[in-house]
Amino acid sequence: MTLWTGILIASALVFSWKMLGFMVPSSVLNHPTISRIASLLTVALLAALLGVQGVVADSQIVFDARVPALGVAALLLWLRAPFMVMVAAAALAAALIRHIL
Amino acid sequence: MAKQSSVLSVSIGVGIATGLYGISFGALSVAAGLDIWQTQVLSLLMFSGGSQFAFIGVIAAAGATGAGIGAAIVSAWLLGVRNGFYAIRMSPILEKTGLAKLLPAQITIDESVAVAIGQSTAENQRKGFWFTGISVFVFWNSMTLLGAILGDALGDPKLYGLDAAAAAAFLGLLWPRLVERQALAVAAAALLIAVVTSPMLPPGIPVLIAGVAAVVVGALNLLAPKSGGAQ
Repeated sequence: MTLWTGILIASALVFSWKMLGFMVPSSVLNHPTISRIASLLTVALLAALLGVQGVVADSQIVFDARVPALGVAALLLWLRAPFMVMVAAAALAAALIRHIL
Repeated sequence: MAKQSSVLSVSIGVGIATGLYGISFGALSVAAGLDIWQTQVLSLLMFSGGSQFAFIGVIAAAGATGAGIGAAIVSAWLLGVRNGFYAIRMSPILEKTGLAKLLPAQITIDESVAVAIGQSTAENQRKGFWFTGISVFVFWNSMTLLGAILGDALGDPKLYGLDAAAAAAFLGLLWPRLVERQALAVAAAALLIAVVTSPMLPPGIPVLIAGVAAVVVGALNLLAPKSGGAQ
């Protein structure tokens, strides 16, 4: 499969959720257990992606400049900094640490 | 009319704020190995921040191999599930029938629904939805292009800490959802599962396995909030 095919399939699948929500009677999907799993699934996948992007490199667990950079990001999120500022500060922190060490 | 202009200004404000993080999406997507066109098509067609970041995150880790692309598709798909619940919420408010029901589907995302349900009258809820959805679509896509061009010009992503920026982006998307201990427990378990299984499994798969934490905790309603339950 090419990357282009993957992009089109994934986009169609993401759109299908939006479409499904408008088409099915609300009683079918609006069950408390199902909506609870759906919202926890979002949390689980984002946390897993954070972990993999934060401390995994080439299938190995590696603690490097990304970890203190995430500390900076967490501090800025706690201070309610805008998303873009927080992301840029994390990049800058990692780049500085790599430059110094 | 005063009410309408205030809905409009909120919508444009939300569009600009969201667009700004479209810059980071564009830059990170190019750093993950997608080209400018592929990055732009994701923002136009997929148009859901969480799913888009998940897709490029898995590609960055696993590469554009068959298994990597497959895992990226499933990750993006599963992260898009919440949009289905937003659509259920918006369906009675928008009062569309037949095929016209599908018109608002593409712009049914976190921001448009949040602004809509924050309004007090049905008319303003509809305006909030459409204005915000269109405003976010325009800013998100134009800023994606800008970010992709900038990212392309930057070169080696690690030199500029873009790998750390990608992790920070996921932290930023996760942060507002960590309000109850149920969500906190799921986040901690999922993060641990994904990291610990990474050396043993092909890239991309650990993220999907971590999703099991959500299904188990959600199905059994472990650590349930004392009042109410799910939203």
